[in-house]
Amino acid sequence: MTKHLTNFLATLILAALLSLFLPWWSVMVAALVTSLTLPLKKAAVFFVPFLGILLFWSVYSFVLSSTNDFILAKKIAQLLQLGDNPYILILVTGVVGGLAAGIAAVFGKQLIVLGAKK
Amino acid sequence: MKYIKFLISLVLTIGIFYALNTKLGAIPPLGKFLNPSSGIWQNETDESITGEIFIPGLTEQVTVHYDELMIPHVFAQNEHDLYKAQGYLTAKHRLWQLEFQTHAAAGRLSEIFGEGTLEYDRTERRRGMGYGAEQAIVYMEQHDTETLSFVQDYADGVNAYINQLDPEDYPVEYKLLDYGPEAWSPKKTALLLMYMTKMLAGYDDDLEYTNILRLVGQENFNLLFPDFFDSTDPVIPKDTDWSFIDVPQTELPVSQMVLDTIAETIEKPHPDNGSNNWAVSGAKSVTGHPILANDPHLGLKLPAIWFVMQLSTPDHNVFGATIPGALSVISGFNQYIAWGETNATRDVIDWYKVAFNDDRTQYRYNGQWKDVRIRVEDIKIRGKESFKDSVLYTHHGPVVYDKNFKSENGRSGYAMRWVGHDGGNNQKTFIELNTAKNYEDYVNALQYWNAPAQNFVFASTEGDIALWIQGKFPNKWEGQGKFLMDGSNPENDWQSYIPQKFNAHTKNPERGFVSSANQHPVDENYPFYVFNDGYETYRNRVINTFFRSKEKFSVQDFKELHNNNYNLKAAELVPYMLEHMDTSSLSEDEKTIYGEISSWKFNNNIDEVGPSIWRQWYGKLYHMLWDEFDDEDTALTSPYTYQTIYLLKNYGDHKFMDIVETTDTIETAKDLFLLAFKEAVVRLKEIAKEDGDYAWGNYKGTYVGHLLQALPAFSRFDIPIGGDRNIVNATSKNHGPSWRMIVEMTTPPTALGIYPGGQSGNPGSRYYDNFIDDWAAGTYYNLHFLQSNEADSAVIGTQTLIPTSHD
Repeated sequence: MTKHLTNFLATLILAALLSLFLPWWSVMVAALVTSLTLPLKKAAVFFVPFLGILLFWSVYSFVLSSTNDFILAKKIAQLLQLGDNPYILILVTGVVGGLAAGIAAVFGKQLIVLGAKK
Repeated sequence: MKYIKFLISLVLTIGIFYALNTKLGAIPPLGKFLNPSSGIWQNETDESITGEIFIPGLTEQVTVHYDELMIPHVFAQNEHDLYKAQGYLTAKHRLWQLEFQTHAAAGRLSEIFGEGTLEYDRTERRRGMGYGAEQAIVYMEQHDTETLSFVQDYADGVNAYINQLDPEDYPVEYKLLDYGPEAWSPKKTALLLMYMTKMLAGYDDDLEYTNILRLVGQENFNLLFPDFFDSTDPVIPKDTDWSFIDVPQTELPVSQMVLDTIAETIEKPHPDNGSNNWAVSGAKSVTGHPILANDPHLGLKLPAIWFVMQLSTPDHNVFGATIPGALSVISGFNQYIAWGETNATRDVIDWYKVAFNDDRTQYRYNGQWKDVRIRVEDIKIRGKESFKDSVLYTHHGPVVYDKNFKSENGRSGYAMRWVGHDGGNNQKTFIELNTAKNYEDYVNALQYWNAPAQNFVFASTEGDIALWIQGKFPNKWEGQGKFLMDGSNPENDWQSYIPQKFNAHTKNPERGFVSSANQHPVDENYPFYVFNDGYETYRNRVINTFFRSKEKFSVQDFKELHNNNYNLKAAELVPYMLEHMDTSSLSEDEKTIYGEISSWKFNNNIDEVGPSIWRQWYGKLYHMLWDEFDDEDTALTSPYTYQTIYLLKNYGDHKFMDIVETTDTIETAKDLFLLAFKEAVVRLKEIAKEDGDYAWGNYKGTYVGHLLQALPAFSRFDIPIGGDRNIVNATSKNHGPSWRMIVEMTTPPTALGIYPGGQSGNPGSRYYDNFIDDWAAGTYYNLHFLQSNEADSAVIGTQTLIPTSHD
């Protein structure tokens, strides 16, 4: 369990740091790095970084948006046909980031598998 | 197995990266778009209006006070710094719009949208938009490097802002469409001015008229499209003495008409583009100070077309509406004068048929062959190879239509002669109006203005009021440019221009007011040929009747006139139709609606049903009447409303009244009234069923649409405002008073203003559309004219622009 928590936090923190100077795919890099350095097993390989980045992106977007009364979030939610609901947009944002991170982590895991048993 | 797993995970990783990093159809690249560090969440923010900003190239510090409307009040020490600051601040609040409009002007939308906009881009290139902008720059380089240096200052200011941006700071539209801003340049300002020229002086029906003339003959044509209507109330009062004009109209040559058939013509500007302006003299004003008003009618867009600013140096202090991309205030006031524009709607586009040699390198002119010049338009297309379009140029101008574009004739084409290509110095007019102190300064400023021809209204604290119709006007022979002309005959060329001092104008007229509403500029007594190119005939009469109705006028009267919903057009036809229509066959439903329109007092207020019934009824009637001109294979147009109503009332038995399709009966105007009424009732019942009712507000459904084809998320719909086209409150569905200003010439002037939008271009800002509700309600904001560089209680934030030292 601690392993999960470590990977979760490490992915989140690394992603936050990398996002300062890399584009959006910094979350993929972060998840890849932690999947290689703090490897997990089975479904956790995907879901731990997925949840880590989901939390990072949704909390960050919530903070940015709530200070501005969600004016833009409501409009973008409408634009992407998510109703006018900013919270759904925030969730979608988290899922998009999480998905990218989770898949990158699965790729990292496969790299390890490939390397270890050669 | 592990290799397969590895490969699958690799493919998935690359796949998700690609899917989230790429714009797929209309869907933005979701990873880029939604990530909170650089995506749209970074645009979820208000304007920054405090602190210090370092700007290269400034010579001295510039102070910017923001009031609660988010209007920047700019205090610079010299004009160079002022226009740098204007460029910087315009970019700061309106960057995407600023750039997008000039991309649209230049025919560069395919760079952003891909192949779908290629036809649009080609049209703009063939119209010579880029060519015209280049001519304007060449003119400034040769004749007015001072103005050009201000234009460069503005560009430097815009670029100072762009250079400060990281991708996360880009306006949200860039993120949505997945591209970024490029550097601004003086040519872009010239393109913006071309855009305005096209919008306001880019309308003509010469080719359609040519088709109609061939179809109906000269006599009928003159009946349908007269040069003057039976009554006019022109911009320059009828009793004006023109005896000071000593230059004659160009003599009528003996030339042959070209009666070609043109299948399709290029897209034209919105026919509702127009405006109102007026001013009353001190003697006609309740307070003794002249009062001036302006409301330009343009497309209702977000970000709004106008951006309001106060711009000052120690030598001048000016306030009003600016247009992103152009320098200085366009419609506004300073400490001494106020001014505003309406479109003069003069015919400054003509078409020439050009005959080429075999390889299209030369064209026939004056019995000889003349070389064509080729301008290759390189249209970049997103995700595709560029499209290269070779446009042939003659001495007339670009050959818009040829075998490569909307025409099949390999040996001929139609060349466009447009004053917009002549390279004027429009920017100087505005810069000088901004610093003008009296009538003489105003007249001096106007002389540089070529196109689009405008009715410039003027009032001063000294007590003068005036109105000049300013533009560069060809001195045409009688009838010149109404139809396609033979481009090989030199007599058909524009022979000369009306000397600027003979442009129609009026100063302190006896009647105590000046006004313009896109109507006929002058009556028949003006000694030059003025062809009716779509003059307005209703707003002007309501406005002038109002100003003749009593002795003195107040600011309150001006507000009421701006918001006046009286439908003179309906008032001139509905009673006649009600009286002459045979009502014996009306059903119960029809009788109800007949009763509703009978009791209408001709005001287009939102809660009335009369305007909707009128719109349906007249719309059906108009189409039935002009069914002759409903032909998909030929470019045609139909007569103007005024003449249509005149013919219905005076030529009710004319053969045009007959519906072509019904070969066994001959309809007259009275028959059409009834047929159209019955059709209108059917449609109104449907509308009532679909929407609950057909009250005017709902029926019209006014909206202010985002520049991206009214993208619903960034637009405002169902705005409760009355009016319509041809009404002083000219608000139709998506068109209307884009800026309303009233200035009383106290010292300093006291002004009101409002526009349907907001100062911010960011859909994430509360200042994006915050004026719209007040605008719809017909209210105004006090424009806070700061007299010195001191923040008073109305200032909510002050930002200082500081020069960076050069190393």
